[in-house]
Amino acid sequence: MEQIHLTCIRCPRGCQLEVAVEDGAVVSVAGNACKRGETYAKTEAVNPVRVVTSSVPVTGNPAHHMVSVKTKGDVPKAKVRAVVDALKGLTVESPVAIGDVVLADAAGTGVDIIATRNV
Amino acid sequence: MKAAYDIVAVGGGPAGLAAAISARDAGCGSILVIERDRELGGILNQCIHNGFGLITFDEELTGPEYAARFEEQALSGGIDFMLDTMVIDVSADKLVTVVSRAEGLVQIQAKAVVLAMGCRERPRGALNIPGFRPAGIYSAGTAQRLVNIEGFMPGREVVILGSGDIGLIMARRMTLEGAHVACVAELMPYSGGLKRNIVQCLDDFGIPLLLSHTVVRIEGQKRVEAVVIAEVDGRGKPIPGTEVTYPCDTLLLSVGLIPENELSLSAGVELSPVTRGPVVNEILETNIPGIFAAGNVLHVHDLVDYVSQEAAVAGRNAAAFVAGNLDDEVGEIPLVATDGIRYTVPQSIDPSRMADELVVRFRVGNVYENRYISVYFDDERVKHLKRSILAPGEMEQVKLKKAELAAKPGLKTITFKLEEA
Ligand SMILES: Cc1cc2nc3c(=O)[nH]c(=O)nc-3n(C[C@H](O)[C@H](O)[C@H](O)COP(=O)(O)OP(=O)(O)OC[C@H]3O[C@@H](n4cnc5c(N)ncnc54)[C@H](O)[C@@H]3O)c2cc1C
Ligand code: SF4
Repeated sequence: MEQIHLTCIRCPRGCQLEVAVEDGAVVSVAGNACKRGETYAKTEAVNPVRVVTSSVPVTGNPAHHMVSVKTKGDVPKAKVRAVVDALKGLTVESPVAIGDVVLADAAGTGVDIIATRNV
Repeated sequence: MKAAYDIVAVGGGPAGLAAAISARDAGCGSILVIERDRELGGILNQCIHNGFGLITFDEELTGPEYAARFEEQALSGGIDFMLDTMVIDVSADKLVTVVSRAEGLVQIQAKAVVLAMGCRERPRGALNIPGFRPAGIYSAGTAQRLVNIEGFMPGREVVILGSGDIGLIMARRMTLEGAHVACVAELMPYSGGLKRNIVQCLDDFGIPLLLSHTVVRIEGQKRVEAVVIAEVDGRGKPIPGTEVTYPCDTLLLSVGLIPENELSLSAGVELSPVTRGPVVNEILETNIPGIFAAGNVLHVHDLVDYVSQEAAVAGRNAAAFVAGNLDDEVGEIPLVATDGIRYTVPQSIDPSRMADELVVRFRVGNVYENRYISVYFDDERVKHLKRSILAPGEMEQVKLKKAELAAKPGLKTITFKLEEA
């Protein structure tokens, strides 16, 4: 049994959650003042995910040096740095539109990186 | 050159855009948005992180994506734009003076003006940190623009003073770009930032948040070489003997935002000493008839969705003002904020002119657990809303109904306060 300590982010109270995990499953949550804390703990303790955002250099448009990008969906928290590293050295060419894929399958996550700005 | 418009919005950020869109949709056919930057979208362009638009679009967008949705609506017709154009004066009779490189000095006569200039960061001079003023000290928002828009990293070894959301977001951003963020020091015993940002921007990367701490000295003459951080007592005074030196090349300041109101002052608009934004009534009109305000220029918001909602109200009312469709005034009833509530927007309500449902927004002055938000019509308590937690960093709102006020003729004051459970 593993004991994981989390801060609930669902409201400003920020309850300190003690989550017991066994074989990759949450067996108990303590410290939450409401039900939402339990729901949060259940995914955050065993499968934390994040959307990664960044910006990459863009060429061919004198008004812009960079274009902002994001992962099209959640990636495992442990992969966040790998995803950012996969963007190093990448340059995109203008025109690029919101939703255009700038890097497919970032760092083996199966998730694409898309532009979040029209440049 | 001289031009005339029914409505001029000063600022092309989310507030200016939403105001223009709603004025157009309310039937106004002569609207101009003036933006000093070369593009629309305001501060959202540099806020490349996600977390915008949950309320408006029911999905989490990044800042530029949220801005693009409003730009698209604004650009779909019926609204004129002047970009790269700085408004330098707004007069009480709504003569708007602008300068641009393309057209030089231009005066535009408006029938109504919506102030939507946003806010700026509190400057470092206001902080009085002893020591030299070496290079390497940036406001968090400046660093955000450098990294996200210019593609330039301001430093490698970073200390952040102030735990506002921009500072937290930049702690993560610079860490992911290869910098080392030693700590975030916060003068108050609580953070002004959203819990989500504390967890996902600091805890995720093991960056310590030092509450009740401040920077007492900056070392280095040409470039920052270190900052000295000390713990503070209950009154914010550094405690001798608690100093710790952090070697670093960059200090980011995330110590608060102030509404940008130079133009409002020159127009004779009355400002609130608490919000530092205009004092407005139920239609978000300032003390100058026909001059309205919305967004961060009115009071600093944490969620852009509420900026858009507020600005839509201002735009709709500006259109009604121009068309002569506003109901006759019967008299403003002041809203009083007390017992833990710092201010309300609006600051007064005329029941005849208010919408069927009016949103009153406010902030509390401290962290409170298990309180009631109470609203009194004179000495009768009409609302008693339980909140398990209230924090200065999170704007609160209460809705008042026109019918509730209509049932109380002769009402003199509406009081907003916190009460113990
Ligand atoms: C760093 C940061 C992070 C944020 N993160 C989030 C978040 O995660 N989620 C969320 O919902 N909200 C977030 N917000 C809040 C939200 O972005 C703002 O509340 C919103 O952008 C305010 O809109 P605005 O139109 O009032 O101001 P702004 O966006 O600042 O727009 C004001 C515009 O007016 C223009 N202007 C000013 N003066 C003049 C002049 N004299 N002449 C011509 N033009 C002028 C400016 O150039 C600017 O474009 C964040 C804000 C900041 C600063
Ligand atoms: S558990 Fe409930 S009360 Fe506690 S922080 Fe989470 S949402 Fe807020």
